[in-house]
Amino acid sequence: MTMAPDRTKLLEVRNLRVEFPMRRGTLVAVDDVSFDIAPGEVLGVVGESGAGKSMTGAAIIGLLEPPGRIAGGEIRLDGRRIDGLPYEKMRRVRGREIGAIFQDPLTSLNPLYTVGRQLVETILTHLDMSEKAARERALQLLQDVGIPAAERRIDHYPHQFSGGMRQRVVIALALSANPRLIVADEPTTALDVSIQAQIITLIKRLCREHGTAVMLVTHDMGVIAETADRVAVMYAGRIAEIGPVRDVISRARHPYTEGLMGSIPKIGEAGGRLAQIDGAMPRLSAIPKGCAFNPRCAKAFERCRAERPEPLTVDATDVACWLYDPAPAVRR
Amino acid sequence: MIAFVIRRLLQAVLVMMAVGFVAFSLFAYVGDPVAIMLGQDFTAESRRLLVHELGLDQPFFVQYVHFLLNAAQGNFGISYRLARPVSELLLERLPATLELSLCAAALALAVGVPLGVYTGLNRESWLSRLLLTVSLVGVSLPTFLIGILLILVFSVVLGWLPSFGRGTTVALGWWTTGFLTESGLRALILPSVTLAMFQMTLIMRLVRSEMLEVLRTDYIKFARARGLSDRAINFGHALKNTLVPVITITGLQLGGIIAFAIVTETVFQWPGMGFLFIQSVSAADIPVMAAYLVLIAFFFVMINLVVDLLYYGVDPRLRIDRAAAAGHGH
Ligand SMILES: Nc1ncnc2c1ncn2[C@@H]1O[C@H](COP(=O)(O)OP(=O)(O)O)[C@@H](O)[C@H]1O
Ligand code: SF4
Ligand SMILES: [Mg+2]
Repeated sequence: MTMAPDRTKLLEVRNLRVEFPMRRGTLVAVDDVSFDIAPGEVLGVVGESGAGKSMTGAAIIGLLEPPGRIAGGEIRLDGRRIDGLPYEKMRRVRGREIGAIFQDPLTSLNPLYTVGRQLVETILTHLDMSEKAARERALQLLQDVGIPAAERRIDHYPHQFSGGMRQRVVIALALSANPRLIVADEPTTALDVSIQAQIITLIKRLCREHGTAVMLVTHDMGVIAETADRVAVMYAGRIAEIGPVRDVISRARHPYTEGLMGSIPKIGEAGGRLAQIDGAMPRLSAIPKGCAFNPRCAKAFERCRAERPEPLTVDATDVACWLYDPAPAVRR
Repeated sequence: MIAFVIRRLLQAVLVMMAVGFVAFSLFAYVGDPVAIMLGQDFTAESRRLLVHELGLDQPFFVQYVHFLLNAAQGNFGISYRLARPVSELLLERLPATLELSLCAAALALAVGVPLGVYTGLNRESWLSRLLLTVSLVGVSLPTFLIGILLILVFSVVLGWLPSFGRGTTVALGWWTTGFLTESGLRALILPSVTLAMFQMTLIMRLVRSEMLEVLRTDYIKFARARGLSDRAINFGHALKNTLVPVITITGLQLGGIIAFAIVTETVFQWPGMGFLFIQSVSAADIPVMAAYLVLIAFFFVMINLVVDLLYYGVDPRLRIDRAAAAGHGH
C-alpha cells in the first residue's frame, strides 16, 4: 500500500507498534498509534507516566534502546519512510530534520566541553560552513534562546549554567541545524516551577519564528492548553483521543480525557499536573481485555470488556471509545 | 591552581615524613647493625665508639630527624653487604628499573586502552568475549608464573629472546640505557610483557566498564539525538569522559609497576632496584632496604601529584570549582 505524499503532513505515524521482547513474553509499549503533525504545528501529547509517550518519541527519532524495537507500522517524514532507515542515514535525519529536547538539562550536556564547542560540532555535522561561521551561528543561537552575555558564556562549561539556562542551551542545540520537527519530551519536568513557563514560551516562540513543528510531551495540561494546536491523549500505549486543543479541552469526548480535564490550572502552577483519576493505569503485562480503560471507567458497559475500541471520528476529533460508535444495536 | 599545587606538595612532604619514619624504624627494630659491622672481634670500647660514631646513642627523635635530613640530601649511609654508599648503589640500578617500568606501563596503556574501548563498544562480539576471558586469566595468574612461562616458551623452547639480564647497555652520563642496542631492546621484551600483563588487563577492564557506563548517560543519548557521527560520540564524547578514572588508576598503577618490578626483576635477574632489594633482604642490609622503601614512596607520591594535575587538565568542573573556591578565600 502506498501513500501519496501529502504536503499538509510533515510527520505521519501509522499504526506504530513498539515492543520490548522480555523473558516472559513481549511487552507492547506503543500499540497501533497513528497521528500526523503538519508543518509548524504543535502537537501536545499527554498521559500518565508509562502511557508510551517517550517510546513514541524515541521511535520517531530512531533512538529506541534495545531490546525496544519498532514491531509494526510506519513513520514518514515528508512522505519518506524513516523507520528502519540504516543507522547512518537516520543519523543524518536526527539533528538535521528532527531535533530533540530531553527532560533533564542537567545531564543532557557533556560536562567536559564548552557549550560553544557542542554547538559548533552539531552545526558542522549538519551544515556545510566554515568553523568561523559555525561559531557565529552558535553565538546567534545562544542569543536567540536568551542567554545573557552570550559572547562570554559561549566559552563556559555546562556546570557553570543554571538548570533553566542549560535547558536553553539544549534548545539551541536542538535548533542548531534548523530542523523541521522538534520532539520535546517533558522539557520542563526537571525544572524549577518558576522557570517552566519561560522555557515553554521560548520553545513556542522559536518554533513559530522558524516554522518548526513540535511534538510536545508533557504531564502538564496547562502547558498543552497554552501551547498546543492539537493534543493527543495516550493511555496504556494507545491514543485515547486526538483532536484540536480547544475541542479536547472544552468538550472532552473520551471518559479518560474528561477525567484529566477535571481541572486545568494556569501554566506553571504546582497543580498543573494531570488530575487524579481513581485507580492506576494497568501494567503493560496486564492490560485488560476490551478497552484498556474499562476498570476505571464510570461509563463502561458490556462491550467495553469484550472488544477493543478503534478510533472513531467525531467532528475534528478521533476518539477510541465505544460510546461514539454509531452502530446502535450494540449500545446498552 | 597555585594554591592547589602548594597544598598537594605539603601533603606529599607529610607522606614522605611518615614513610621516612617507617624506614627509620627498620634500623631500630630489625637486626643489630653494630654487631653486623663489628664482625667477630671487638672490644667494649670499639663497640662504644662505633655506636657513638653512628649516632645510635642519641635520643630516638634526634636520630629520626638526622635520618630525615640525610635522606633528603640523598644520603642513606653505607650498605652493610656491599660496603658502598647506598645512594650510589641505587642510582646505578635506577635506570634499569625505570626503563623496564616505563616500557611495561606504555605497553599496558597502548594495549589496554584500545582493547577496553573495543570491548566496551562491541559488547556482544565473540572477540570481546574472548578478550574478557583471556584477561581474567591475565589478572589471576601470578606474575612470576607468567614470567617463567614466557621464558619457557620464548627462551628455552624457541630460543628467540634472552631469559635474563639487560643485554648490552650504553652509558649516557650516569644513566645506562638498554634502548640503544639490539640486545638491550631484545632483553626488555619478556620482562616488560610480564610486568605489563596485570596492568594491561586491569586497564582494559576499567576502560571497558567506564565506556559502558558513559555510553548509558543522557549526554551520550543527546549527542546521538543531535546526529553526531559514531566516531565523534565514541571517541570525542565517551572516551574523554572515561579518562578521569583511567588516568587515576593508571597513574596509581605506574607506582604499582615500579614496586611490582621486584618480582619480575628477580625472575629475569634484571639488574634493577627491585633485584637489589631482594638481595638486601636476604642479607638484612637495612640501609639499602630503608632507602628503597623511601625511594618507592617518593615515586608514588610524585606520580600521585602528576595524576592530580592531569585530572585538573581533563575535568573543567574541578578547575573552575577550585578556582572559584580559591577566589573566595576558602
Ligand atoms: N527498557 C524497557 N524494558 C521494558 N519496558 C520498558 C522499557 N522502557 C520502557 N518500558 C515500558 O514502556 C512503557 C512506556 O514507557 P514510556 O514511553 O517511557 O512512558 P511515558 O508515557 O511515561 O513516557 C512503560 O510502561 C514502560 O514500562
Ligand atoms: S470504551 Fe467503554 S470503557 Fe472504554 S472509555 Fe469508552 S466507555 Fe469507558
Ligand atoms: Mg516519559
